[in-house]
Amino acid sequence: MSALRPKHLEQEYSLYMDGVSVSFDGFKALNNLSLYIKPGEMRAIIGPNGAGKTTMMDVITGKTKPDNGTVLFNNTTDLTQFDEAAVANIGVGRKFQKPSVIESLTVFENLELSQKGGRGIWQALFHSLSTQQEQKIADTLELIALSDKRDELAANLSHGQKQWLEIGMLISQEPELLLIDEPAAGMTDEETMKTAELFKKLAKQHSLVVVEHDMDFIAALDCKVTVLHEGSVLAEGSLESVQNNQQVIEVYLGR
Amino acid sequence: MTISQTQSPKLGPLATLLVGDKGGQRLLMAIIAVAIIFPFCNLVFSPDSIFHVSTYTLTLTGKYLCYALLALSVDLIWGYCGILSLGHGAFFALGGYAMGMYLMRQIGDRGVYGNPDLPDFMVFLNWGELPWYWFGFDQFWFSMLMVLLVPGTLAFVFGWLAFRSRVTGVYLSIITQALTYALMLAFFRNDMGFGGNNGLTDFKDILGFDLQSSGTRNVLFFASALALALGYLISRFITTSKLGRVLVSIRDAESRTRFLGYRVEHYKLFVFVASAMMAGVAGALYVPQVGIINPGEFTPINSIEIIIWVAVGGRGSLFGAVIGAVAVNYAKTYFTGAFAELWLFMLGGLFVLTTLYLPKGIVGWVKHIQEGDGKAAQWLALLSHKISNISFNKGA
Repeated sequence: MSALRPKHLEQEYSLYMDGVSVSFDGFKALNNLSLYIKPGEMRAIIGPNGAGKTTMMDVITGKTKPDNGTVLFNNTTDLTQFDEAAVANIGVGRKFQKPSVIESLTVFENLELSQKGGRGIWQALFHSLSTQQEQKIADTLELIALSDKRDELAANLSHGQKQWLEIGMLISQEPELLLIDEPAAGMTDEETMKTAELFKKLAKQHSLVVVEHDMDFIAALDCKVTVLHEGSVLAEGSLESVQNNQQVIEVYLGR
Repeated sequence: MTISQTQSPKLGPLATLLVGDKGGQRLLMAIIAVAIIFPFCNLVFSPDSIFHVSTYTLTLTGKYLCYALLALSVDLIWGYCGILSLGHGAFFALGGYAMGMYLMRQIGDRGVYGNPDLPDFMVFLNWGELPWYWFGFDQFWFSMLMVLLVPGTLAFVFGWLAFRSRVTGVYLSIITQALTYALMLAFFRNDMGFGGNNGLTDFKDILGFDLQSSGTRNVLFFASALALALGYLISRFITTSKLGRVLVSIRDAESRTRFLGYRVEHYKLFVFVASAMMAGVAGALYVPQVGIINPGEFTPINSIEIIIWVAVGGRGSLFGAVIGAVAVNYAKTYFTGAFAELWLFMLGGLFVLTTLYLPKGIVGWVKHIQEGDGKAAQWLALLSHKISNISFNKGA
């Protein structure tokens, strides 16, 4: 049903989703969804509740297997063949909607765990940080403005700080593709703008897919916007064009 | 409130093992002291001296040390990785059976029936020859290998199936309980070839040394203390390594850990097998000191008791598990002597009180006292208030 369409793959894609469908007990969470992300591209995804944003991320990260459709990473790797841990190691990082840091570990330890490499049992058992790795963690702490909270338990951070720590963890994984679910939730306006700046910086070396509700944040990201509705793409384009799209207005305000 | 960690990433993991672990340092010193003083007082002082430690006390303490090692093994998986095993007694019993089989073979032709090739119970059941799975148990090294391998292999197969299918929480607890129950029923059967109902007993000697002699008792006691100390160091090594932090991460946020790229099932399997082996060693040291192993050791109640020891001592604190095991078992020895029929109620009550008022066990409570934030005193006041209420209601 979903043979690869060679004409699409003539170009290089960081993420290539084509004709992806997922249904749960007859409910179509994703319905023939197609999404193409180029290397170094940043894409914002919006859509009302139940539009399929989280399911889409679940499919990309190996948590949910699609009924049909193609999900390729860097044109060659079929992500549907792998589970969560494997997908993460292939180079896809995910940040959850609810900040999920490891609360009973310190900020430093959270970053240490997420640092790229050393996922095997024996490597973990006999692991000791190299100076270089320590420096990297220090740099990340600087970047997410948590240097002074280095030895604080993650549980004691504010909501916004947890969001930043999780972004830091994501960066430490050094993924090629970042999936980020509502990063600005619970942040102050200033933090939101700083986050947008950070993402724009990241987009130069990574591909980013950002799911967000906050329109000011999306405006600040200044990137292409995809609108999801009932499991498929409703509209795609600049924020302005999408906001003026009659169908989009109906979906958001119609009911 | 800042929680500063005395942690120096510059040192290797081995060197940092006991740095900043005051409780662990004290515990190890206590174990070493007990391991030397008890045998010394037992062997050197005559029984009428006040410094004399009787062989009975020595063996009883040796038993507690084995229980402490067992508690440590449970804390490793439950306290650090969130795997609540209600069947860990099974691994303890299997280690015990492996040791028991060696001790049975050591009896040789000194059994009641005087058969040089078959243990008494097999002669009694009219068995013609030794079953294949008894071969090798006349060798000490082989038996000791089995003490590790039998519990380890069972844990591996069981864990591989359970963790790969992502069985967690209550469901996992229930199947571990079913596992030990099934083993209990199996070992009760005579045709299993492990002595059925009566289990294995009437042991004579170990490596040629008489099990009843106080010299052998002292060596077994010392070995138990050594095993506990080693078990503590190994557990400490695991929990302070990056692997230990992955375990904590699995405990607190399993799916998050997967998305970080860690194979959760492999980590769980590793720690589950390590823990089962540790429990097996505890069982193997326990059996020659108590002189018997029977299917009763598989009873689910035993496994639940271990959970209570750990909870009372302080889940997620290695020396807490040791303290809990010794304290609860000491209380058990005392109270089952004084008012036997009340003990189970007291044990249950202890568990309820711990869960409600001392979620971090004795160790957490002592920590609060040391930090002097007044919380410990509040807890104590609340606790005594509740207890007086209970006894008051009972009286009324």
